[in-house]
Amino acid sequence: MTLELQKPRPIWQIMFSSHHTDVGLLYLISSLTFLFLGGTLALGIRAELFLPGSQIIADAMTFNRIFTVHGTTLIFLFIIPFASAVGNYYVPIMVRYKDMAYPKLNAIAFWMIPPAGVLIWLGFADFTWYATPPYSIISAPGPAADMWIFGLKILGVSSVLGALNFIVTILKCKHPDMSIGQIPLLAWSFLSSSLIILVAIPTFAAALLMLLTDRLGVSGFFNPAMGGDPISYAHLFWFTFHPEVYVLVIPAIGMMYEIIPRFSRKPIYSYNSGIFAFVMLSIVGFSSWAHHMYATGMSFTEKTVFMVGTLAAVPASAMHVFNFIATMWNARIKFSTPMMWAVGGIALFFSAGAGGVANAAMPLDFTTHDTYWVVGHFHLFVMGTIAFGSIGFLYYMFPYVTGRMYNETLGKIHFVLSFIGTVLVFFTQHVLGLYGMPRRVFDYPPIPEWIAMNQIASIGAMIIGISMAVFLANMIHSAGKGKLADTDDPFGLGGKYYYPFEAKNPSH
Amino acid sequence: MSGHSNWPEWIYVAVVIALMCWVGAEAWEAERLIEHVPEEAKIIIVTGQQWFWTFEHEDGTKEIGELHVEVGQPYKFEIVSKDVNHSFNIHDYVVLMDAIPGRVNTVWFAPDKVGEHDIQCREYCGLIHYNMRGTLYVEEPSH
Repeated sequence: MTLELQKPRPIWQIMFSSHHTDVGLLYLISSLTFLFLGGTLALGIRAELFLPGSQIIADAMTFNRIFTVHGTTLIFLFIIPFASAVGNYYVPIMVRYKDMAYPKLNAIAFWMIPPAGVLIWLGFADFTWYATPPYSIISAPGPAADMWIFGLKILGVSSVLGALNFIVTILKCKHPDMSIGQIPLLAWSFLSSSLIILVAIPTFAAALLMLLTDRLGVSGFFNPAMGGDPISYAHLFWFTFHPEVYVLVIPAIGMMYEIIPRFSRKPIYSYNSGIFAFVMLSIVGFSSWAHHMYATGMSFTEKTVFMVGTLAAVPASAMHVFNFIATMWNARIKFSTPMMWAVGGIALFFSAGAGGVANAAMPLDFTTHDTYWVVGHFHLFVMGTIAFGSIGFLYYMFPYVTGRMYNETLGKIHFVLSFIGTVLVFFTQHVLGLYGMPRRVFDYPPIPEWIAMNQIASIGAMIIGISMAVFLANMIHSAGKGKLADTDDPFGLGGKYYYPFEAKNPSH
Repeated sequence: MSGHSNWPEWIYVAVVIALMCWVGAEAWEAERLIEHVPEEAKIIIVTGQQWFWTFEHEDGTKEIGELHVEVGQPYKFEIVSKDVNHSFNIHDYVVLMDAIPGRVNTVWFAPDKVGEHDIQCREYCGLIHYNMRGTLYVEEPSH
């Protein structure tokens, strides 16, 4: 399986192309741009919190706008488009079709992202990525808030179009000789996450419109002053965005399923349990949304139901981890850069999941809810698992996309620094949360433990920042001047035999 | 893919499921005990608004930003909000409940030691959310 490399062309030929690898490249470049923009905001946040008092950010309003745009950017403009980039490159090839099912729709889905990104960045709203009413209705300044709402609306439509395209490509355009039980797990991950998008996104799409009309004063769905209920927004929001967590994480797991068997030079331990776990996650993901809302005054019964729903997602996630470890067991592993990122990602996925079990348990949630514990917890998913899987996959696809090899030493430095930084920032934030520091605060009282842990986290963030500078330099330099890659076996694994979904395992 | 024996994975999944059942059962039992409000609990009405806390005792006395309670006496907080969502939090006593306009949420606690503790807002509520703080004073009974 090799992507067809294309000769250098003028940029507008790529921009106006609807070929899947061109759209994939556009997704890739825009998502990485937003990774660096959003990451820069994170460095600003961490620098501000290095000490109590105002450091580099002048006032609380600016700080609130920065963390809002940081979260919105990295979730909607980095993670999701990055997965679409990978899907565009690989899904048609994996199902052996010439392109995506609807190439023009595919290009349209991409071209909705830049205007949405511009709306979000020019607006710079301050109501957190959760846009919680009634704050977002009665208190958040416009037009920033309205621009955010329109930006998210556009991104929602873009996601739905992308999801439809993946589902049709996989189910209807796969080669007739292939059964659905033969497509690689990466393609399965796109099928599962796309199905989740189709079921989950509509409720938030509705909530966004209701939020907008509430802001205009013509309705009062979520405005208590007009008889509305803010909790109903929380339900609509989390019904979309808890499953959305799986939309983000499932493609990243799929990418690890591509990397790990290949660099272990072994087929995946159990293909069927991988599929089973994807399908389980995409179903069980819908049974846990209100675990974000234990502290809103839910009844004991409601809390119990959502705790059970949340814990039910753990075995399926654990099956993925088992599958990875069992694949690596007794394997001749080659720790090239993509493999290091994938293995690091699994370790952090396990840690994030273990923290999630603590959150799900009702009494413990009241200690951790809305503290820095939660910030550490979900960053171990979005940064530790999803960004690690994605960046590993970017290194993995780099020779196939550019025809050149990245610098292996710099890639490894990038991984080591990022891994150390991620552990320093997000493990520390868990502990900081147990000491009671609330999230989304511009300033904090000079409690010695809080200061110490904030400083550790800020130093970790700067280490990640340095590693990302190394990454950027490596990508830009190697894309133009790296040494030419052997596209049959760019990582020197010893031949095409080790490309696992084509290989046969002699022990089976 | 098929035909190979997969028993280690089934054992592993069974262990994970058993662990989750244990966590769930323990959490259920603990939460059930926690939610049982003692009958002698005194009621304190807690009002959150941008960006301070107001406390009203049963006898009608009001405090702003400070809360004085007696050691050993259970209290039941009735938490309301005047504007946007807040979250009433005394971290040292694991007291946490959202203040949501249009709703009355309750949570109780019984301070067991004389001392001072931080009160804070744990739900984002705008400009000065970071400084929506107060102090809990646990004192000896005054009679």
